[in-house]
Amino acid sequence: MRVGIPALVFGLALGITSASAQSGDLNLPRSIQAGAAFSVQAGGSGKGTLYIVGPAQFIKQDVQLGGAIEVAAGALYNAGHYSVWVTSDSSTQSGSIDVTPVQKPSDLTFIAKPSRLPVALHNAITGSAYVFDSYGNLITKPMQVSFQLTNQGSAPETRNVETRNGAAWTQMDSAAREGKAQFVARVGDVSSIRIVGEVPGDPCNIKMSARPAGNKIQLVTEPVKDCSGNAISDGTIVTFTATYGAEKTTVDVPLKKGIASVEIPAHRGATISVASGVVLGNQIRWAQ
Amino acid sequence: MMMRRLILASAFAAACSAFAADEPTVHVQQPHLQGPRELQDQTAKAVVQDYLDSWKSMSKALDQNRPDLLDRDFVGAAKDKLTATIKQQNAAGVHSTYHDRSHDVQILFYSPEGLSIQLADNVQYDVQLTKDGKSLGTQQVTTRYIVVLTPSEVRWRVRIFQSEAQ
Repeated sequence: MRVGIPALVFGLALGITSASAQSGDLNLPRSIQAGAAFSVQAGGSGKGTLYIVGPAQFIKQDVQLGGAIEVAAGALYNAGHYSVWVTSDSSTQSGSIDVTPVQKPSDLTFIAKPSRLPVALHNAITGSAYVFDSYGNLITKPMQVSFQLTNQGSAPETRNVETRNGAAWTQMDSAAREGKAQFVARVGDVSSIRIVGEVPGDPCNIKMSARPAGNKIQLVTEPVKDCSGNAISDGTIVTFTATYGAEKTTVDVPLKKGIASVEIPAHRGATISVASGVVLGNQIRWAQ
Repeated sequence: MMMRRLILASAFAAACSAFAADEPTVHVQQPHLQGPRELQDQTAKAVVQDYLDSWKSMSKALDQNRPDLLDRDFVGAAKDKLTATIKQQNAAGVHSTYHDRSHDVQILFYSPEGLSIQLADNVQYDVQLTKDGKSLGTQQVTTRYIVVLTPSEVRWRVRIFQSEAQ
């Protein structure tokens, strides 16, 4: 059988016309809130099938044409755009519907960083939050999120932030005093809590004294504190360095109960210094 | 005669494959960032590329009803929802083909700790529903997606994938 191109084109055109004649637009709401019931009006008669198609959800339902097709509450709940088809042996009707998030927050994803940091740092604690409804849909309409950082022995620091596209963020200062801070994000009745450990910062200054101990020198620091007066954690390394002529002796000592202590050989004229990390303490010249 | 058949066959094959093979046009706007974290060009490019790749994975997964094809590009709620959709399609004996025509992408938020990036995409795509090899319908869709990606070992993965009412 020979089929020429004009005949093929004509046949295709007939097919398109025929399909158009059989199809129509469904009558359904343009948008619904997640989980809400709704109805679809489809023309025709007899039995058909309803398809609601989106990446986020798929529904197939056997239906009776010619009346209202009810989609039950709770059936379509994932926010997004859906294509809707009602098909039967002889017809296809189509439409679309948007599902919007429920505007009542039900869940909050809250990330606070870091979980541990030195005291007295500006804008060093960050919190970010995403707000969801009871179906796990991101609520993109603006909502007020309250971020509150509560340090032991001081008034809470609060920031109210409006979400943009479902997200909110803030920055907070760490407290002057060491301890555990409670970082809370709250939207409506929903809250999420994170604990932030605030630890002493670097030593503010280190002061040591020296006294003879037989043929040695005993070196002892005063309690080592940060610039806010917090005791530096035990185990922090303090380095004593003695220089005598070309000879140099270095001893690393961990803090115990806030102080570092060590005995080194005594040399008249030796220069002794103390440091912890990048913080330098005082210097002593041993004259005995 | 032979030549004419060949031309017709080629035209038909091209028409069939066009639905699946066309690359979308992509426009990436300058980021409109909220948040204190600076976004490096390299990060922005990687995020957009990984997001565009996720459309290919999603399209294949929904077309073949294979949730395992989502593993590389989706995680968390986005993956759970797509997986459920695939199971629902499979149970109904249908599959859907998504063909993204164009993307207009803008990065909106880089969280201060660097663990999430949010973008918006004004996307145009075709969706076709097929049962037993027969198309039940095709629609052209224009919508806006809000997407949140989070870093994994080697790429950014889509964690929230949600379209908005226009």
